[in-house]
Amino acid sequence: MRFRTVALSLTVVATLALAAWAGAADTPGVTATEVKIGHTNPYSGNASAYGTIGKVITAYFKKANEEGGVNGRKINFVTYDDAYSPPKTVEMVRKLVEQDQVAFVFNTLGTPTNSAIHKYMNQQKVPHLFLATGATKWGDPEHFPWTMGWQPTYQTEGKIYAQYILNNVPNAKVGILYQNDDYGKDYVKGLKDGLGDAAKKIIVMEQTYEATDATIDSQIVNLKNSGANVFYNVTIPKYAVQAIKKTHDIGWKPLHLLNNVSASVGQVMKPVGSDASRGILTTQYLKDPTDPQWKNDKGYQDWLAFMKKYYPEGNVEDAFNVYGYSAAQTMVQVLKQCGNDLSRESIMKQAASLKDFMLPMALPGIKVNTGPKDFYPIEQEQLAKFDGERWVLFGEVYDASKK
Amino acid sequence: MSAPSRPLALTVLLVLLAVTALLPFVLSNFRLFQFTQVFIYAIALLGLNMLTGYNGQISLGHGAFYALGAYTAAVMMDRWNVPFLLTVPAAGVLCLGAGFLFGIPALRLEGLYLALATFSLALAVPQILKYFEHWTGGSQGLVLTKPDAPLGLRLTPDQWLYFVSLAVLVFLMIVAWNLLRGRTGRALVAIRDHPIAAEAMGVNSALYKSLAFGVSAGYTGVAGALSAGAIAFVAPDAFNVFLSITFLVGIVIGGLASISGAILGALFIQFVPNWAQDISKAAPWAIYGVFLIVFMYTMPRGIAGTAQALWGRLARADVRSSPAKGGLL
Amino acid sequence: MDIFLQQVVSGLATGGIYASLALALVMIYQATDVVNFAQGEMAMFSTYLAWSMLNAGLPYWVAFAATLALAFVGGLLIERIVIRPVENAPVLAVVIVCIGLLVILNSVAGWIYSYIQKPFPSPFPNAPIKLGNVVFGAHDLGAIGITLVVLLFLYVFFRYTTLGLAMRAAAQNPVSSRLCGVRVGWMLAIGWGLAALVGAVAGIMVAPIVFLDPNMMAGILIYAFASATLGGFTSPGGAVVGGLLVGVIENLVGTYVRFIGTELKLTVALAIIVIVLVVKPSGLFGRVVVRRV
Repeated sequence: MRFRTVALSLTVVATLALAAWAGAADTPGVTATEVKIGHTNPYSGNASAYGTIGKVITAYFKKANEEGGVNGRKINFVTYDDAYSPPKTVEMVRKLVEQDQVAFVFNTLGTPTNSAIHKYMNQQKVPHLFLATGATKWGDPEHFPWTMGWQPTYQTEGKIYAQYILNNVPNAKVGILYQNDDYGKDYVKGLKDGLGDAAKKIIVMEQTYEATDATIDSQIVNLKNSGANVFYNVTIPKYAVQAIKKTHDIGWKPLHLLNNVSASVGQVMKPVGSDASRGILTTQYLKDPTDPQWKNDKGYQDWLAFMKKYYPEGNVEDAFNVYGYSAAQTMVQVLKQCGNDLSRESIMKQAASLKDFMLPMALPGIKVNTGPKDFYPIEQEQLAKFDGERWVLFGEVYDASKK
Repeated sequence: MSAPSRPLALTVLLVLLAVTALLPFVLSNFRLFQFTQVFIYAIALLGLNMLTGYNGQISLGHGAFYALGAYTAAVMMDRWNVPFLLTVPAAGVLCLGAGFLFGIPALRLEGLYLALATFSLALAVPQILKYFEHWTGGSQGLVLTKPDAPLGLRLTPDQWLYFVSLAVLVFLMIVAWNLLRGRTGRALVAIRDHPIAAEAMGVNSALYKSLAFGVSAGYTGVAGALSAGAIAFVAPDAFNVFLSITFLVGIVIGGLASISGAILGALFIQFVPNWAQDISKAAPWAIYGVFLIVFMYTMPRGIAGTAQALWGRLARADVRSSPAKGGLL
Repeated sequence: MDIFLQQVVSGLATGGIYASLALALVMIYQATDVVNFAQGEMAMFSTYLAWSMLNAGLPYWVAFAATLALAFVGGLLIERIVIRPVENAPVLAVVIVCIGLLVILNSVAGWIYSYIQKPFPSPFPNAPIKLGNVVFGAHDLGAIGITLVVLLFLYVFFRYTTLGLAMRAAAQNPVSSRLCGVRVGWMLAIGWGLAALVGAVAGIMVAPIVFLDPNMMAGILIYAFASATLGGFTSPGGAVVGGLLVGVIENLVGTYVRFIGTELKLTVALAIIVIVLVVKPSGLFGRVVVRRV
């Protein structure tokens, strides 16, 4: 009895000492046994298709915890529904930071939603890491030292297509279809920047759609009529399938550049059928779980085993589940690098010190790199062409950080 | 409410107000932010309730006026550095004008047709906001600075916004109460329940209806302006169609044709979605939907309507302002 | 000229989609005096049922018929179980219950079937039809044809059958109908059943074009609402014409009003509809309701 009490108090003292030594007591959300991470995602509303990202991240952290956590600490992942509504994001993120006292916020989803909390996170000096959006503004350490993106930016991708057009398509006439919001506009800006002075001459028509539109048939008809021989398709999966099908149905045969957002084989290419989808180009940085070429790949098989065990209700054809898995792995890597110093400054410092980190579900040759002035973790992408069944990678890995 | 209960009601009201005024010194900044949101929604719902609850004109487009108010405040603060407090009445006046003008063609429309016309407004506003990029920042929206308390007042921005929103709410409630209990209120209700009879009695139906539209839009615009300050960010995506539907949900759940219903409805639309997601992350909307249906089953006239009926039964007074059964409302 | 014709044709195809759901909205409005905001989600859910059956290997038309039957029963049950308790409540309370139903169906569909969009087969040939330089999908044409068949069916049903007459009576004057021996409660339930059935047809015809996912109907419901209003909520034929008109107007605005372009095409299309309504407040083909004091 007495021995037990002594042992217990010794443990408590030791834990406290350890915690004090680690400097962890200073950081909200960090104890000797736990690190608390906040997250928002649309689980309800029109954008609820993204909800699976939050669920797969939850599952991945559960796996990490069962395997002993990170440096002995378990991850306590707190995720809230913001319904993709900026005011709700502000409310939920304030709840995470002020009430739940999370150590930092991770992979919050959406451009308008993250814009709403951008300033707040930086005023509060709470790390705002690996956002689930490809806008360019997340990599601005000079003005926003607490915010960091994750995926390649939409503008980078646009530039890759521009380069491809300039090098491979003589007399290019580009027709663009894009979603009328900042996601769409970023893609268009990337393409225009990449084309440079030639942009005015090369781009013959721009058409937009709203995320509430029923169909985009009319826009496709106009684009065909403009005489464009290149179709720059900046649409989310729901409209990408329609655009590809309609292009095929009305007999328009341009060089079809499809944004990575909709490059999923299972979600887009397979549903429209191989006749309509053959020959489409895209860029990729993650392995598509529905692409048969990865069937025997170690990274893919590990992911599949993870899905079966920790997220059995999740859909293994959904590329979002690869996305969340890879983002969570990047996060765990940062925590590992932090060692025992989980102060917010240290977390930010380590997030900005990723060196050639390889993600098992990233394409071969693609590495995660960050630095004090480089807040763009993934900057490499590769072009791929659809052969009716799978994406065939070609050309070199494009590295935006070297341009 | 019947006469003998008035002193009691007044006491309850004053106690409530005192408690609300003390909350900022007890609650955390985050909770204050949530209650600020409640006050802001309550103002918007009060506005919508005047139109739909008292005057019987259904609007599915009040999100548009909310957006107009928010953007008025945002553009004034961002582009011209106007102090936040001045932008609120400006937004109210602008929306009042816009609502009045919209109310004129709306005079010809009734029921569903009016609902569609207003719904169109809610659909069109995000597009229009994106189109005038120079002013509105386009789809990127405008990031604002959270308004600070004036010098000399030692309040955090959250406390300050709480008090401002509370004060505006109380002021607008008093205005609404004065407006609705008198001649104007009786005219509005008469137009709702018996339009032709009201006209025959000499009520200028056209004038009252467009006025109701204007005042209602003005209230909602004020709420929008306050929200721009509280959120410190505006973007077209924040004002989608679902916002307008949420407002409608708010007034019906809170209680149509009731001033206190606006506050109850605001509490509902602020907090119930949060409870829904606490119960289930897998399908929070399903839980929210169940809440909606259960509320309507148990209180088809809204929370305030039910409370009023109970009160009325207790006080043996008839509930005068509740709409006729089987009517539009 | 080619582009004009092509835009009109493609507008008609899209308008056909709006028309089919608008028909379901008008149907339920006529039968029960309620605008059912959950109509789109009910149609979406029925389409998922059809998808499940097709996936299990049932032949197309068998699955089609079975889905219609299930939708009818489902609509009936929804009225009996969900709507009945608020039958005597204010109309707006019913609207809120419908919104509740909308979010529940949407959420549950996403939960069961995930948000991955699924291809849905069409009963019509795959190859597009070409007339000169104008191209249109065989499915688009077929879908409009089926919508017209449904319209004809509704017309005949309401005009020439006793049940249809009883339903109209029940919706318009429940008290007198009850005195004449019409079982008003059941008439309302059958109205919901029929509307769900019409909605299921719409869903099955829409899914091959927009692909099947839980949010498939969100945008379409908005347009269907506009179409039904434009045509007049009391006229099924008006709903169809309204749908086709909305489709064509939107396309032509987006194509020809240059300074507006596609960014404001919905805004302009809606403005046109509202202007039409101001001139004809009961819609193009709607019955003007005469009120007595």
